[in-house]
Amino acid sequence: MKYELQPTLPPPANMIGVIGWLRKNLFNGPVNSIATIVVGYFLISFLVPTIQWIFIDSDWVGDSRDACTSGGACWVFIANRLDQFLYGFYPEAEHWRVQIAFIILIGSIIWLVLPKTPKKGLVATLLLVVYPVVAFFLLYGNAFGLTRVETHLWGGLSLTLVLAVVGIVASLPLGILLALGRQSDMPIVKSVCVIFIEIWRGVPLITVLFMASVMLPLFFPEGMSFDKLLRALIGITLFQSAYMAEVIRGGLQAIPKGQYEAADALGLGYWQKMILIIMPQALKLMIPGIVNTFIALFKDTSLVLIIGLFDVLAIGQAANQDPEWIGYSTESYLFVALLFWMFCFSMSRYSQHLEKALNTGHGNRA
Amino acid sequence: MSHSQATDKMMVELRDLNKWYGEFHVLKNINLEVKQGEKIVICGPSGSGKSTMIRCINHLEEHQKGDIIVNGIPLNEDIKNIEAIRKEVGMVFQHFNLFPHLTVLENCVLAPIWVKKMPRKQAEAEAMELLERVKIPDQALKYPGQLSGGQQQRVAIARSLCMNPDVMLFDEPTSALDPEMIKEVLDVMIELATEGMTMLCVTHEMGFAKTVADRVIFMDGGQIVEENEPHEFFNNPQHERTQLFLSQILQH
Repeated sequence: MKYELQPTLPPPANMIGVIGWLRKNLFNGPVNSIATIVVGYFLISFLVPTIQWIFIDSDWVGDSRDACTSGGACWVFIANRLDQFLYGFYPEAEHWRVQIAFIILIGSIIWLVLPKTPKKGLVATLLLVVYPVVAFFLLYGNAFGLTRVETHLWGGLSLTLVLAVVGIVASLPLGILLALGRQSDMPIVKSVCVIFIEIWRGVPLITVLFMASVMLPLFFPEGMSFDKLLRALIGITLFQSAYMAEVIRGGLQAIPKGQYEAADALGLGYWQKMILIIMPQALKLMIPGIVNTFIALFKDTSLVLIIGLFDVLAIGQAANQDPEWIGYSTESYLFVALLFWMFCFSMSRYSQHLEKALNTGHGNRA
Repeated sequence: MSHSQATDKMMVELRDLNKWYGEFHVLKNINLEVKQGEKIVICGPSGSGKSTMIRCINHLEEHQKGDIIVNGIPLNEDIKNIEAIRKEVGMVFQHFNLFPHLTVLENCVLAPIWVKKMPRKQAEAEAMELLERVKIPDQALKYPGQLSGGQQQRVAIARSLCMNPDVMLFDEPTSALDPEMIKEVLDVMIELATEGMTMLCVTHEMGFAKTVADRVIFMDGGQIVEENEPHEFFNNPQHERTQLFLSQILQH
């Protein structure tokens, strides 16, 4: 008996084309068509005036509220206060220091994110080890001929980024250690980690920040204090590391037991097994969860306004109080929201890209 | 019938080995001696403790009573001894357990580089040699997920051999494979056996047992029921339980 291979055929024609798509997805039956029309109507009736208000009827140039006459958004307000939104109360003559610090940061991040740049390892190491020191002296000064800029002058977007970047960079490794500790066979290590995680997860971040700014100093001897920003940073980092630990624990549990056994059987030690085999797989699985935590952290930094640090949201609120510009709070809130959204959305997109790039095309059979 | 390559050197010794899972007594007074170059096939119904027994040898499972001695090293709580034994004992798993985030070659060189501190160049050269022996050198730069089950299992064998082990443990190496791929894995194992490797294989491939085994061990209920050279084992089983088992797996 012989058999013939059947030819492969293209898919049926009604699966392709714009009209086919519209039919299938938007006007598939009467209920579907009505829903499309109703939703379309509301979308248009909301979007058109919004776009008109933001872009068409808005005022962009000028130096006082007198320039805002056309009835739309008054972006003059934002433009006039842009420096404050970006730098807070950082002395104007020293703005270049903040700019350099962030140009280096953004530059190296772009270097790391682009797919084909050489020496990523070196750049990453410099960014994690050398950059924090450089950034500290650039921003705080008091060395190398740079004047000191106290942290209570820091503010705006730059403060938000300082809080977020330090929080993100510090909470990930701490979270990994806590997650490993929670899985440990050693009872003391395990219970310390469990207690730590459960305490920090059980209190709201606002409480943590209050404790850091109000209660903590009470425990220090008279005259000794340490920086309020530093206290907030520590609070945020410890708080987020507890969340991070739980996300990572989820990832560790998703790794099949066979991977641990294969690593053991080959004679790898505990840390080799974790660093070479388990973590790379767990972190890959956990990219959505980790980035989710990063995004939450980024937005949570705005809570520091409650302890008197002027992050970008607090700057916006302060600007709203300015008698010269009263009545334009919508603009400032929208602007702050846009800033937050830009950063969070970029992180989200990058994480999706990373997931795809790291996919080596297989599940695990075990 | 294979002519035995066994020497007088004792490779694996289990003395009065006992293991419990909680209240459940999984291994009962196991005594087994394996000489260098010997090939042992272990069979038995599921839950008989055969996998658990070989997994005790490289301490993937902890035993509670009795002694395990591998190549003169006693397996005890001392982490140094455990690590020393794991360097000498290679293991192949039912589900391959290759590292999916690493290429085939990286899978193979990982342990030599990190455990044996071998230079990468040398490790890669040796790994390529072994991949050639299992007949998949052309797949070296692929990821495990891109290979068939049979290819993955051959990589897993090569990965173990890269550590240059004195003993190889096989835990049902062909049970998860499609029928078409069993032969390619068994061929590699037979070749390894003829080269004189000490092997303990948990498997139901009776053809393999007849070809290479020096001894076949039948386990049931956590104990060794019967132990014999393959010809006698298959043609003249002593115990009723063994007869029943053999009649059930051989009748198809």
